[in-house]
Amino acid sequence: MNQTSQTEQQRSYQNSSAMIMTLTLIATISGLLVVIAVELTRPLIAENQRIAVEQAIFQVLPDAQQWREYRLNNRELHSVDESDDGIAIYAGFNQYGRLSGIAAEASAQGYSDVIRLLYGYNPACECITGIKVLKSTETPGLGDKIYKDLDFIANFKALLARLNSEHSALENGIVTVKHGHKSKPWQIDAISGATVSSRAVGKALNDSTQYLLPRVVDQLAVIKPVDPAQSNGDANSE
Amino acid sequence: MSNKRIKEAPITMDTFLKGVWEENPVFVMLLGMCPVLAVTNSTINALAMGIATTFVLVGSGALISLLRHTIPRQVRIATYIIIIATFVTIVDYVIQAVSLELYNALGAFIQLIVVNCMILGRAESYASKNRITKSIVSALGMGTGFTVALLCLGTVREILGAGTLLGFPIFGADFEPWVIMILPPGGFFVLGSWLLIFALLKQRKTKMEGLARAR
Repeated sequence: MNQTSQTEQQRSYQNSSAMIMTLTLIATISGLLVVIAVELTRPLIAENQRIAVEQAIFQVLPDAQQWREYRLNNRELHSVDESDDGIAIYAGFNQYGRLSGIAAEASAQGYSDVIRLLYGYNPACECITGIKVLKSTETPGLGDKIYKDLDFIANFKALLARLNSEHSALENGIVTVKHGHKSKPWQIDAISGATVSSRAVGKALNDSTQYLLPRVVDQLAVIKPVDPAQSNGDANSE
Repeated sequence: MSNKRIKEAPITMDTFLKGVWEENPVFVMLLGMCPVLAVTNSTINALAMGIATTFVLVGSGALISLLRHTIPRQVRIATYIIIIATFVTIVDYVIQAVSLELYNALGAFIQLIVVNCMILGRAESYASKNRITKSIVSALGMGTGFTVALLCLGTVREILGAGTLLGFPIFGADFEPWVIMILPPGGFFVLGSWLLIFALLKQRKTKMEGLARAR
């Protein structure tokens, strides 16, 4: 009896060591496969993300031919090469290599979830020159008009965002007004039937510009002009 | 498992076609309903989801079939899940590399392929009992059946709900899209209609067989 229990014990040891061996083997194989997949796709994913950012920047800054990334940290604007901390600010340059505008991200609670968007700001006209919705899960057919309705998008071709004389806030905050009631250049004409989503876009723009513009506009000299001959790929691979 | 090593049946066209038609995972077995309802709001999403699931099915099926004699019975489910999760992670990265837009459209449902019961079910009931080539052929069949089913829902929902096919408008400007079809309830409506069609087909078939037998 003693012998049988001993062999049984031995078998159960063998069993569990077999289990541990198998699990280790399989975990190793899967770890290896995942690492290979990550390594192979990493450059492609980074390139895709760069293209997505670039397309968004060029869409919100119509004159831009090149772009560079900056960060706003502790009220100080600096290039992304110096430090990666802070709020991302993208500078767009026109065909002469001069600064044509800056782009930044804004977000606000929409109807179903947070709406994230990128907007372009032109310091020369002190206005917003375009928006691009980066993420939204608004209702198809209603809230998704914020990026499909051409009349609504036309609101952001030259939406006034002028700072007051002390450069402490906007002269007139950006507001969304009822459909058909836009009378001032800083107002956004809402989409009828998608008021919540339209208001969210207005709120996102207002919150972001009220915070960023007073801090950034006086430091625009930090953004140096670029070489107009340089293609954009070179500007970013530095 | 090793004590009943009878000669396995050879691979036939049926090994593949079973998953497409006779044992279609969606319309016959009703497995993996979560992605079927959630990501079929457009044709391209349905197609991408189908291909991703097929890849996971084939990859995990092959590896499980290869290791079927080494995996101890007690830990087989845990092992299958690790293997499936590995292939899902690979798919997750590959889709990001192919298109970020597609990745955002599919959202969390790519990661959720891990818990698609169809894949674990096939691992347990087929890949762990058959040779690697046979498992791969069967997994391809199942994957094709799943993709076809997703496309059945995706195209109908996109045409009715957005008036487009693969993003191209197919109706005139006068067409008012039937928005509910691309919202969650539309998924249930369209799935229900397809199941009704398949049930009618099956009913007719048994009736015909009954008649033939009576004669």
